[in-house]
Amino acid sequence: MTDIAGTDGPAFRLDMTSDAAKRRIRKRYAAEARFKAYGLAALAVTTLFVAALVFDIIRNGIPAFTQHSLMMDVAVPADFVPADKRSNPVAIRSADYFPVTRDALKAAIPGIQSRQGERTLVRLLSSGAADELRDRLVADPGLIGKTVRVPLLLSDDADLYFKGSGTPIIKRNGVGTATPSGTTGEITILTSSNDFAAEVVAIKQAAKAKADTLAIEAARLATFGGQSLAPRIAEINAEIAELRARVDSPKVEEVLDGKLPSKLVEINGGLVKLTRLTDISVAGEVLLPLTSAAEAKPGNWRVVTYATPESNRKVSDLEIGYLERLREKGFVENRFNTRFFTAGDSREPELAGIRGALIGSLLTLAVTLVLCVPIGVLAAVYLEEFAAKNRLTDIIEVNINNLAAVPSIVFGLLGLAVFLNFFNFPRSAPLVGGLVLALLVLPTIIIAARAALKAVPPSIKEAALGVGASHQQAVFHHVLPLAMPGIMTGTIIGMAHALGETAPLLMIGMVAFIVDVPGALTDAATVLPVQIYLWSDLPEQAFKLKTAGAIMVLLGFLFLMNGAAIYLRKKFERRW
Amino acid sequence: MITNRKSAATLSVAVAALVATTAIAAARDQIRIVGSSTVYPFTTAVAEQFGKSGLGKTPVVESTGTGGGMKLFCAGVGVGHPDMTNASRAIKKGEFEDCQKNGVTDIVEIKVGIDGLVLAQSKGGTPLKLTLEQVFLALAEQVPGADGKLVANPHKNWSDIDKSLPNVKIEVLGPPPTSGTRDSFHELYMEVGAKKIAALKDMQKADAKGFEKLWKSLRKDGAFVEAGENDNVIVQKLEANKNAVGIFGYSFLEENASKLRGASINGVEPDYDTISGGKFPGARPLFFYVKKQHVGVIPGIAEFAAEYVSDKAMSKDGYLARKGLVALPKAEAEKVAAAVKAMKPLTAADVK
Repeated sequence: MTDIAGTDGPAFRLDMTSDAAKRRIRKRYAAEARFKAYGLAALAVTTLFVAALVFDIIRNGIPAFTQHSLMMDVAVPADFVPADKRSNPVAIRSADYFPVTRDALKAAIPGIQSRQGERTLVRLLSSGAADELRDRLVADPGLIGKTVRVPLLLSDDADLYFKGSGTPIIKRNGVGTATPSGTTGEITILTSSNDFAAEVVAIKQAAKAKADTLAIEAARLATFGGQSLAPRIAEINAEIAELRARVDSPKVEEVLDGKLPSKLVEINGGLVKLTRLTDISVAGEVLLPLTSAAEAKPGNWRVVTYATPESNRKVSDLEIGYLERLREKGFVENRFNTRFFTAGDSREPELAGIRGALIGSLLTLAVTLVLCVPIGVLAAVYLEEFAAKNRLTDIIEVNINNLAAVPSIVFGLLGLAVFLNFFNFPRSAPLVGGLVLALLVLPTIIIAARAALKAVPPSIKEAALGVGASHQQAVFHHVLPLAMPGIMTGTIIGMAHALGETAPLLMIGMVAFIVDVPGALTDAATVLPVQIYLWSDLPEQAFKLKTAGAIMVLLGFLFLMNGAAIYLRKKFERRW
Repeated sequence: MITNRKSAATLSVAVAALVATTAIAAARDQIRIVGSSTVYPFTTAVAEQFGKSGLGKTPVVESTGTGGGMKLFCAGVGVGHPDMTNASRAIKKGEFEDCQKNGVTDIVEIKVGIDGLVLAQSKGGTPLKLTLEQVFLALAEQVPGADGKLVANPHKNWSDIDKSLPNVKIEVLGPPPTSGTRDSFHELYMEVGAKKIAALKDMQKADAKGFEKLWKSLRKDGAFVEAGENDNVIVQKLEANKNAVGIFGYSFLEENASKLRGASINGVEPDYDTISGGKFPGARPLFFYVKKQHVGVIPGIAEFAAEYVSDKAMSKDGYLARKGLVALPKAEAEKVAAAVKAMKPLTAADVK
């Protein structure tokens, strides 16, 4: 028979020393090294992404935890609240705090007369600036008629300015002796040296650069020819001619506009914003009044540059002038933003907090937990230990697994149809949110609990049955306690999943602006991830920071929950 | 056994809690508002003021989108249904009929202000000066070709449309079709632009349906990118790509004035005055609708509407203007305030 091949053919011998074999071995090692490298690269890429994400969130989020305010001595007049009403907290609460805070601020920067200047000054304060003062007066009515030192909250734009979204400020000393023509309004300043030559040169350079780009554009258009473009080309050429004329004539006054870096002069305790300048004389508008129109010696006055042009930033030159003055006088303080944790939502970024959303999340999760754990665990115990294995239980099992993969918005639709429309539960309530999330989490818990029950060795149950325990006793006294760590881990991971959900809550009205912190299961409430989503969509820049701050809090909770899951598993896990 | 009994007890408590709460939905002392995410920043500001001034509990404002809000609003009368809805466009005929069918017969329309729908780009890019016609030619899926017949949009760069435009790739980021902002963009820019194109004049008369389809279809070849409902995302993408152009509400342009520049449309720069004065072509009114049948049933509705249209909120110096809403011209604002007092419901004739 030919099938006993080995007997007459050359015997197959595994030769480990031939070149071919060495090549094969080298190939195998190389493959393994490559695989390791791929794994390492994959790991590095993931770590990089996660690190970049976390870094970005923390970088944006950290500033949200602090808030700038003005530490000021506020004089509360004796007639602020009539003496006979001081025992009534409502009277103190409903008093008008605006004049008191305004006067304190005006005292800090004296001499502002224009209505616009005053309005700008007052708008630096938040609309909730007096909240802390109000709380202090309510707590201690004896302070009325005295001067109270309290922090006044700054507005979001002022706060952002101090957090670094402003402009680089460059100062240099004046070389000549400067003489201002007045102390307020429009004034001119003459200097004995050509102090502003550099500025004039810079403006001319900017004009020249603009003329050059326009010339390129005109040349491009000219290559197309045609009648339709002729007017546009003529327009551009006229502009170029005007710019060139300005560049070439040395003695013409240069005009500063919002598209160029702002130039100011600090002189005699005041601040002047320059609008027109030549080498030795400048004209401008007084932002902060001068104490006198006396001559300022070299070194006693300064040229200040706000490097970012005014049209490119949120805060105006006037506001920067005020804010810098307040900072110089030591009023500005950066304090931990407790309000972020104690207040509900608000449309003013500096007043908004996450407490409403946090409590909403806790209430919602409490409902989910109370429903999920008993139902989930009992369902798992029944399916694993008591149910007969037949077609019906197979179908149930498959469907539980399917349910775990259903998109979460579907649960929201179900919640809308069943809980709101049929049972008439209130909209936006944590109760309904909890019910919907319970549906979402149940399959996860059932699957985890079944796996944990399955992992308990059968010998434990058999031993219990052997000494005469009933099936139920064996399961509840012996198997279930041993499976508990696994069940708890599954539950916590399910809850963490529920904590991060927003989609199902849209349908039941929890994606909403809610100022009041919820106190009951049927109060309107929102949850943390929804708060993040809502804040991220608002136009104010300061809400960007709040968004990142809220994400940090949410991530903190998720880390805590996952950490608890790992801790419980490590602590109670038993190996056989 | 013991554990078993405990679980059973917990379960029955939970069930009892559920049954008890079924009765809770009966009364409500808090106004509920749904609707447009464009009007949301303004309505929430009014809601907060309303709550602070002690007129009543702070209303709950949901952000559901204009269409979704209308659906909820028109679903019926009673405490289970919202009292007001925000809209970034006027109510549609179909929605009005739906309302009537469900017993929501008395709807009061209140115009709260104007929002400019702007095209904006990064300050680093070449400034764009567009006409509505050019916007249509840049973004429509089909445009008239050399022989006047419709062809797939061939324009790759802005300069392909008109030589005077910069020679950069057309790349426009805008809202998805579910957004009220997108509807407004079609109506304010694409429809008006299409009507101005000579080659389309015949089609407009002969094939009204086809014409409508024409200005309602945006390019799908990558020149127009749906960037999601979140306007801040568009702003971020514009910062990263200096050639891209974004479509969003004026309040976002104002808030990001340090980084973005609005493109001038038909020679008009988008700013507060041109939008308020009606000169800027991309301006649209914003509305909210009140269910008159709820006035007197849910406390505070009339007061809330009055707060919304008060000078303190809606005027040029009001707090809504600081949030980016463009105030109505004075005469119109007075008319709106009077209408709120009268609470005159919409009739079928008022709805287009």
